[in-house]
Amino acid sequence: MSVAADLQIALPEVLLAVSAMALLIFGVYQGKAAAGRVMVLSAVTLVAVIAIILVREPAGIAFGGLYVDDGFGDYMKILLLVGALLVLIMSHRYLELEQANRFEYSVLLLFATLGMMVMVSANDLISLYIGLELQSLALYVVAAIRRDNARSSEAGLKYFVLGALASGLLLYGMSMIYGFSGTTSFESLAEILAAPDTEPSLGLIVGLVFICAGLAFKVSAVPFHMWTPDVYEGAPTSVTAFFAVAPKIAAIALFTRVLMGPFHDLVDAWQQIIVFISIASMVLGAFAAIAQNNIKRLMAYSSIGHIGYALVGLAAGTPAGVSGVGAYMAIYLVMNVGTFACILSMRQNGRMVEGVNDLKGISRTNPMIALALLIFMFSLAGIPPMAGFWAKFWVFKAAISAELYGLAVIGVLASVVSAFYYLRIVKLMYFDEATEGLDKGVGRETGLIIVATAAATILLFAMPGAILEGADAAATSLTHYAG
Amino acid sequence: MTLEAIAFYLFSAVAVAAGVMVISSRNPVHSVLFLILAFFNAAGLFVLMGAEFLAMILVIVYVGAIAVLFLFVVMMLDINFVEMRQGFLQYLPIGALIGIILLAELVMIGGAWVVTPEAASVAAVPAPDPATVTNTEALGQVLYTKYAYLFQLSGLVLLVAMIGAIVLTLRQREGVKRQSIATQVTRTREQAIEVKDVTPGQGI
Repeated sequence: MSVAADLQIALPEVLLAVSAMALLIFGVYQGKAAAGRVMVLSAVTLVAVIAIILVREPAGIAFGGLYVDDGFGDYMKILLLVGALLVLIMSHRYLELEQANRFEYSVLLLFATLGMMVMVSANDLISLYIGLELQSLALYVVAAIRRDNARSSEAGLKYFVLGALASGLLLYGMSMIYGFSGTTSFESLAEILAAPDTEPSLGLIVGLVFICAGLAFKVSAVPFHMWTPDVYEGAPTSVTAFFAVAPKIAAIALFTRVLMGPFHDLVDAWQQIIVFISIASMVLGAFAAIAQNNIKRLMAYSSIGHIGYALVGLAAGTPAGVSGVGAYMAIYLVMNVGTFACILSMRQNGRMVEGVNDLKGISRTNPMIALALLIFMFSLAGIPPMAGFWAKFWVFKAAISAELYGLAVIGVLASVVSAFYYLRIVKLMYFDEATEGLDKGVGRETGLIIVATAAATILLFAMPGAILEGADAAATSLTHYAG
Repeated sequence: MTLEAIAFYLFSAVAVAAGVMVISSRNPVHSVLFLILAFFNAAGLFVLMGAEFLAMILVIVYVGAIAVLFLFVVMMLDINFVEMRQGFLQYLPIGALIGIILLAELVMIGGAWVVTPEAASVAAVPAPDPATVTNTEALGQVLYTKYAYLFQLSGLVLLVAMIGAIVLTLRQREGVKRQSIATQVTRTREQAIEVKDVTPGQGI
């Protein structure tokens, strides 16, 4: 296939890469004043990439099988691009107020997003790894972007060291798989493993375990979650918002693609691992968040728990399960972007506050934020009539039809426990005496995002079909060759 | 054959021993030097496998650039390594336990080594005949064609690393005098020289 045809298939990635480099040059020549303009242009780029993906049909395989653009990839890419776009928009006011707006921030977010798209489209172990590194490297830098702030630097460094360790685990597993199968291509691996008469060698399974460990780190599933609360707390809040959505979606998509694609025939081997990390994440996410007083740490544990729920769908190992994961991530995206938009507007006398107790009584001082947070908290807890209910419903349903009853029961119990700390925030907002209240005014863009995500959270409960159809189509396109 | 075997065991034994010394020597400079020794032996192993290109790259990149950078960092930063090591003994038992479990698992895999039957054919397809092409040439043939996608992406990874290094470390200092060639060249005699008529014995 000619290079032009390959580039055309990978058009969204090519466009993103080229614009990110062009914006870098633009930013360097324009100097300090360019931060705002680079941010606007980055947002325009993201919109253009989303439009391209929406308009065209999934284009197939390119670059000699290293890259695949299918329905599943497109679905996940749209989710992560929307996440990146919304976070970029709401970063603007925050960074201006904190006087931390540098044009590199937007450029690095674009490169991180590019890495995630490469991850989602990986059809080979090597492209998987390079996409992951591109993403992680950009994220390490944005975590530490407020370099004069000790906590931000600490977050970046911690994330970097642990991330490098996880990459090492992943590479080790990949080298074992290559050593025992002689190929890194997902299609050849699927072919080799599907051969009916052969028993998969032990080396392949050990390699798979290492890959699962590396990917579990990237989605921050227990027992590879230790970095999450510290990094979430230390990083600038807008970066935390980004961490909570886009990389999670990309890593879960990658996890799903690897396990449901090439390794689908080893489902017995990986199912027990996924079941374990899923249970551990749900339980730890539910219990550890109770003691948190910092809202960013609380959201870190909440995201660990949510990854556990999403993994329930993956553990099922069926198309219904994959569709559940896809739908879960879509709803997770909406709820988390909304919650972080509220957290970004938590200011007292012009200063960011992060304590859960700072939310006391804001239903009287800031009724709109309180109402929005109420909606998001109910949704995160999975209480109807909010979209979060359906998200959990679908993954548990998939688990039950795959006869993983224990997993589903533990999941439901964990979600009851986690309802405690979500509802505690509602109680603080509505039933406690106001201390100081928060500053009025959240900025036009952030306000719009809060309203839109809150509306979506309610509307998606009324019309769950919209999400589920997309997720179903995505799941079918992923599992077609797994059989 | 035996010579090759001897060379293999020599290189690997020295590499492992050097690896142990990297983490156990007290002086960080010695650690880095042992690391360089380990790199050289790994390069020797590559040569034995017929991968001269990788061997040379390993020496040039790892020894020539990365290890030297390490040495600079170790010598220029004032880090108290004795203090950093204090937790070492505390974590040793659990670390050793995990290491031993992992080792046991790996030995078990080694014992159960079964190469999947398809593996041989899959692996044989892209490899050119070593008798006709040198391995530098063979790498060059696929690197910019078949793996162009990965090559370009690796370039982006390096670009991000560069942006990161600049974002996190570059500081615009006040009062630094920089050379501006344009200003220097456009300076005229009148701007640069001032003639004063000094009366003897008075000074300016």
